Amino acid sequence: MNKQPSRKEREAALEGIGTSRKRVEDPRFTQGKGNYVDDIKLPDMVHGDFVRSPYAHARIKKINTEAALAVPGVLAVLTADDLKPFNLHYMPTLAGDVQAVLADEKVLYQMQEVAFVVATDRYSAADGVELVEVEYEELQPVIDPFTAMDKDAPVLREDIKDAKEVGGHGPRKHPNHIWTWEAGDQKATDKAFKDADVAVEEMISYQRCHASPMETACCVASFDKINGALTVWGTFQAPHVVRTVAALISPLPEHKIRIIAPDIGGGFGNKVGVYPGYIMAIAATVVLGIPVKWVEDRIENLSATAFARDYHMKGELAATKDGKITGLRCYTLADHGAFDACVSASKFPAGLFMICTNSYDIPNAFVSVDGVYTNKTPGGVAYRCSLRVTEAIYMVERMVDILAQKLGMDPAELRMKNMITPDQFPYTTTFGLQYDSGDYPAAFKKAMKAVGYDKLRKEQAKMLEDFKAGKSRKLMGIGISTFTEIVGAGPSRVCDLVGLVGTFDSCEVRVHPTGAAIARFGTKSQGQAHETTYAQILSTEMGIPAADIEIEEGDTDTAPYGMGTWGSRSTPVGGAACANAARKVRAKAQKIAAHVMEVSEKDLEWDIDTFRVKGAPDKAMTMKEVALAAYSNVPEGLEMGLEAVEYYDPPNFTFPYGAYICVVEIDTDTGETAIRSFYALDDCGTRINPMIIEGQVHGGLTEAFAISMGQIIDYDETGNVIGASFLDYFIPTAVETPVWTTDHTVTPCPHHPIGAKGVGESPNVGGVPCFSNAINDAFAALGGVHTQMPHTAPRVWEHAKELGLVA
Amino acid sequence: MASTKVSLTVNGNEVEAEVDSRTLLIHLLREHLNITGPHIGCDTSHCGACTVDLNGKSVKACTVLAVQAQDGDVLTVEGMAAADGTLHPLQQAFMDNHGLQCGFCTPGMLTRAHRLLQENPNPTEEEIRWGISGNLCRCTGYQNIVKAISQAAAQMNMKEAAE
Ligand code: FES
Ligand code: FES
Repeated sequence: MNKQPSRKEREAALEGIGTSRKRVEDPRFTQGKGNYVDDIKLPDMVHGDFVRSPYAHARIKKINTEAALAVPGVLAVLTADDLKPFNLHYMPTLAGDVQAVLADEKVLYQMQEVAFVVATDRYSAADGVELVEVEYEELQPVIDPFTAMDKDAPVLREDIKDAKEVGGHGPRKHPNHIWTWEAGDQKATDKAFKDADVAVEEMISYQRCHASPMETACCVASFDKINGALTVWGTFQAPHVVRTVAALISPLPEHKIRIIAPDIGGGFGNKVGVYPGYIMAIAATVVLGIPVKWVEDRIENLSATAFARDYHMKGELAATKDGKITGLRCYTLADHGAFDACVSASKFPAGLFMICTNSYDIPNAFVSVDGVYTNKTPGGVAYRCSLRVTEAIYMVERMVDILAQKLGMDPAELRMKNMITPDQFPYTTTFGLQYDSGDYPAAFKKAMKAVGYDKLRKEQAKMLEDFKAGKSRKLMGIGISTFTEIVGAGPSRVCDLVGLVGTFDSCEVRVHPTGAAIARFGTKSQGQAHETTYAQILSTEMGIPAADIEIEEGDTDTAPYGMGTWGSRSTPVGGAACANAARKVRAKAQKIAAHVMEVSEKDLEWDIDTFRVKGAPDKAMTMKEVALAAYSNVPEGLEMGLEAVEYYDPPNFTFPYGAYICVVEIDTDTGETAIRSFYALDDCGTRINPMIIEGQVHGGLTEAFAISMGQIIDYDETGNVIGASFLDYFIPTAVETPVWTTDHTVTPCPHHPIGAKGVGESPNVGGVPCFSNAINDAFAALGGVHTQMPHTAPRVWEHAKELGLVA
Repeated sequence: MASTKVSLTVNGNEVEAEVDSRTLLIHLLREHLNITGPHIGCDTSHCGACTVDLNGKSVKACTVLAVQAQDGDVLTVEGMAAADGTLHPLQQAFMDNHGLQCGFCTPGMLTRAHRLLQENPNPTEEEIRWGISGNLCRCTGYQNIVKAISQAAAQMNMKEAAE
């Protein structure tokens, strides 16, 4: 007789929540069978390419397309004048501004799209681009955001120069001003500063950088003239949002638009927004009636698609002399480039900057942000973080170190002293955010113990002594970051996109007669392995092996409406929709099982994958058996079939947190930094797939390392973008990338059906301040207070020089 | 533009195509031959997403003209598994060690790792890191890629010893 499988074996067979299930995406990706946008090839498909501006600010006098049109293979050259009759020369941005699709009379940043050349193949399109002649009259550019609101600053946006406000965020102070956003109690905070024993202030700049996923932005647009239907395959993190925006700005009704996001080669925020290339491919396919592909190259990606950060924050902390923080103030100047294409929920032009009180019990805080226009690329996407969270956390984590230095206190001790304690949960911050759960001191203590914190400090002191004695030229730095993230945007009552749709998400699950299932989602993976992890949630909830559940995302014709994947929202929102949809399925299954076994529903209990009659455990029906019954034998009054849909609007954000510690050694003579170790403890609540979580943390830390140590999209004084290729822009290779040590604690989220919080972005949010604090810490005992990122060797060397440490 | 006929072997199959003399090998593979495993991630020969094996050497196919591959022998990720579908130990090790996320760098990583293990069947961690330093990955932080490559190396050596 066959031995009955044990509970453990039955659970293992499901590969549900908590198992390091191998990824189901991998067989296709490891065999070259991924289906990325540029792999799509349609009959008669043609290629589009952009003519871009060489100037940061110039008037377009004339565009001559004759020579380009004479190139064999070139079919059309489109300019703003061709789009105007259809009102397509501008498109709405997620921030409530508009952005030029093709430059209208004036260019506002280098590499701005000026004309679109369509040709039979990419080589001819590029030939055509070379031959479009554009006559410009150069204008004075505004590059430094601090001069944007000067009295004599040139007006950049002539199209809205008289607009009273942009995006509904209140009055503008200057034609180059976009909005002012404020939060907190200014009066109480000012008082806290007046009464403080100690106060510190520092200008903390978070440089302009770029998420640059390995796959650049691209799309294939195909218009079927007979049926009036448009299909667009594209690198979209939020396909449904793209469909709705397309329906709003085009004469096509929404049901005739199908947006498909196939496999995506990384996103990190760069693929949330809508780019001129998408609009132009659509315009061209509508005009020409044949499919049009647009693929940007890397230089275009870095210089013309959405940047991240560019936040210049004057941070201030007030405290008692024994180190209790009593107030936080921060004034920020935000450089948004030429159009406000910042990705944020409509009511939050500065995103979730309110997270800046972080893991600390800070009673008074006031923050204010001014957004300004400059002659730079538009954007302002959250590069692997929730909107503006990494900026806020970077500012406060730097400031806490600076305060510790001023107080002569160990930064770990100062943090411990100000941390929110477990008994304070649910904790409401001074900005009104309600933190869900956490034990910050426990996490931090575990981290300090793991790295041997006290010993490290002793070693550092010894190295400093040797340095001072001239025995060594090396300094050691210890960086700490104890952070709380805010993810899972978000409750629709406070969050929406384009002022229209709430930030809920959705799951539709259908169980087939044989007990296999398919589930579809409004989110979209870009490497996070949703096909693997969503199936794990469903399998635990429904008792169906994950291997028997197909997951689909990204096709607006089949997937339920959702907001897509960004801001670590897939697990907190999509994952919750997933669990709840599965629970609806199980509830119906229970009715059917009761009917078939002729017992009352209440007499059944759920046991991994089986409904059992209480007290008679041998009387049972597996989910697989119930599935068949759902299509043949249901109780009266119940419909056939076994499926459910859930649109989940989260009651709150989730608040993952962590404690990171990094050790660096700096060679003062070269400015070179060696990362000795990096320890990252994350608490993301319930862990669905530990292997994938660890992978996310590795990836996020590597991006944090890149940002803090090297990434910058810079401009010279005439507005030439500097370093926008992989030749210059820092993407760490396997050689520079440190070895990561990961760890965790688990504090489930109380308001999430399975207690999960999301993790993808924590390592970026927590990692950047950790590296930067380590660099600054190395110089703290020698008079260094703050040096701006990125901490490249020349900059670190400069810093050492300023402090008189090198000749 | 003058067009040229190129003949070469790709993944063991003899193929022919009519290309412009300026056509890059990556476009010959992707556009003319529909071999879309190798990807394009940059324009400056830095990312390695386009890495393939040409005549027993790793090359970045975006920096080689198709005509330079005349009579050549090209291996792409599509040609790594055995004829019966058994995965190459590297492919298996990448899956087992979570060596990929979005998968965009993976075909280049795998073909590079394949050549690296031919050049150095027993690399140290440091040698692996240097050996794949021409291939960028934005997702994984490399740690699991390095682990996968050393595991595959061990496995391949074991198999060789047994044979
Ligand atoms: S595409 Fe980047 S190296 Fe070839
Ligand atoms: S797995 Fe995404 S770039 Fe490597």
